[in-house]
Amino acid sequence: MATVTADNRGLRLATRYAVLILIAIIFIFPLLFMVMSSLKPSAQLLADTKSLRAFLPVGDLSFDNYTDAFVRAPIGLFVFNSVLVTGITVLFCIFVCSLAAFAFVFIDWGGKTIIFSILLATLIIPYETIFIPLLLMASQLPWIGAEGFEIGWLNSYRVQIVPFIADALSIFLFVQFFKDLPKELIEASRVEGASWWTIYRKVVMPLSGPVIATAAILKFLFMYNQYLWPLMVVQEEGIRPVMVGLGYFTDQLNVPWGEVMAYLTVITVPVLAFYLALQRVFIASVASTGVK
Amino acid sequence: MASKLTRSNRAGWIMAFPGIALMTLFIIVPFFLAFAFSLTNQRLASPNAVEYVGFENYSDLLGLAVFTLEPERDESGAVVRDEDGEIEYPRLRNFTRNNPDYPNLAGKREWFSWASGENRTVVLSSDVVFMKALVNTFTFVIFVAPIQAGLALCLALLINQKLRGINVFRTVYFMPVVVSIVVVSILWRFIYSPGDGLLNNALGWLTFGAFTPQDWLGNTSTALPAIMAMSIWQGVGFHMVIWLAGLQNISPTLYEAGNIEGANKWQTFRYITWPGLRNTAVLILIVITMQAFALFAQIDVMTSGGPLDSTQVLVFQAVERGYGKQDISGGSTISVILFVIVLTISLIQRYLTRER
Repeated sequence: MATVTADNRGLRLATRYAVLILIAIIFIFPLLFMVMSSLKPSAQLLADTKSLRAFLPVGDLSFDNYTDAFVRAPIGLFVFNSVLVTGITVLFCIFVCSLAAFAFVFIDWGGKTIIFSILLATLIIPYETIFIPLLLMASQLPWIGAEGFEIGWLNSYRVQIVPFIADALSIFLFVQFFKDLPKELIEASRVEGASWWTIYRKVVMPLSGPVIATAAILKFLFMYNQYLWPLMVVQEEGIRPVMVGLGYFTDQLNVPWGEVMAYLTVITVPVLAFYLALQRVFIASVASTGVK
Repeated sequence: MASKLTRSNRAGWIMAFPGIALMTLFIIVPFFLAFAFSLTNQRLASPNAVEYVGFENYSDLLGLAVFTLEPERDESGAVVRDEDGEIEYPRLRNFTRNNPDYPNLAGKREWFSWASGENRTVVLSSDVVFMKALVNTFTFVIFVAPIQAGLALCLALLINQKLRGINVFRTVYFMPVVVSIVVVSILWRFIYSPGDGLLNNALGWLTFGAFTPQDWLGNTSTALPAIMAMSIWQGVGFHMVIWLAGLQNISPTLYEAGNIEGANKWQTFRYITWPGLRNTAVLILIVITMQAFALFAQIDVMTSGGPLDSTQVLVFQAVERGYGKQDISGGSTISVILFVIVLTISLIQRYLTRER
């Protein structure tokens, strides 16, 4: 009798794992195909889709696609641009949004309730619905830079960075986190005569590691994967980010698929590695957007 | 005491100002500009002055007319038929072009039509491509939102089991979320490619060769469903994690109570799990709907709206006008229409799922 239940349990356990593994394969195979194909000559890559060879490191393997891809396009530059734009936006976002959230949560000031509601209401505006008017604005906004006063933001780093620094979700995440911090901590610091700036810097931010990670990861994913906006505002090759740089390969008459796979691998695998290293934090970040 | 300590108009405004200013300039202002531009003939760069045109942009997109064509008749009054026996109708363009008797049909084209007795009823649209984009976008949302939310819930329930190594599976299921939709779209072109594509081969293998290979993205009836399937594949992990957070917020004591009462698995889900996920469900539905309405990259990379406009969608149309043709007013008008749709649907969802 006891052995039967044990067998049953073993069988049920095996079924569960089988289901889990089958689903895992569904989620993994395109990425496996990408990495394996990047090592194969284009002709073999296309021929291999006939069989499971598509997912195996077999045949004529080399890193030729990578060297060819780097010769065809300034990939290093594209990666640099993406990292620069993403990095600066994330840093400014953390600073600006946490500062605003700090003011909304800890300080009493006239108009804060109404302003917070207005900012929060913008959560319902998809970026895609404001990109067209933003495109016109970007073409006419002034800027004072190293070369003095100029008109127009198109084809610049700033047009890829500044519009995305502050957003409702990031502010909201900080507000939710700050609300759970003990108010007495802030009041005690005020009694001791600390300035708001000091409290922000010395008391609140050092406690905010988790929410900083959350906001940074969400912003990072959004910025690094941006496609539509840079497609519209960046024509110059020198400041093109990785997703738009893909056009270098796919706009060819004869698409060099081996090189495309190498390029995709180069721009995807570091992000995946980053994700795998910090997967708990990544998943906790996304989960926290759901706790409203 | 406490209120005096935390009251400071100056500090509050100074600290909140950068965020307020940036969001105002780059989200709120363009949002209202979209409405303003949609009433003008604004272009990206034009030597001509901008003019107020009222609702012309909207009627150019949304204008519809229904018209009944009567068959051609010969002198005796009998219906004229062609060699195949099909009824012959007068040409539609006799009514839509330079015909002062039918001002409401001017410039419109046939969107679709059906036979009603001997007559043929034709629905004409000012912009047939836009109408197709509108219908395709709705179709996309109507299928993707519930399927993606449902599958994500199934995955979350699966991952919520207490099994050794379950976190590995959670990590894998979430993986496509961190990969750019642009990259995913390129990879899936191989899955969907005609003839020897991965999907055709897999289906041929599963059916022992009985399956006829399809040109998934080149066929008007399969292109949009193919893009839907891929979008669900990419996004489902995101919502799985949100469901999972909701699941883990449900108090274990409720499950214990259910256990004591002798509830079976379905009853446990129906009376404990599902009510506990209410708020999560509302949020997920709204977020998926918003994301689905905004689809663009998949279309741009995989089909460019084709074949025969079967994958045209609203954002793609807005970009084609606003950026491609530099017609800011036309693009803005589509953006406004899109926003109004998203807002309306969110409000309806919120109303239907309100606390009673």
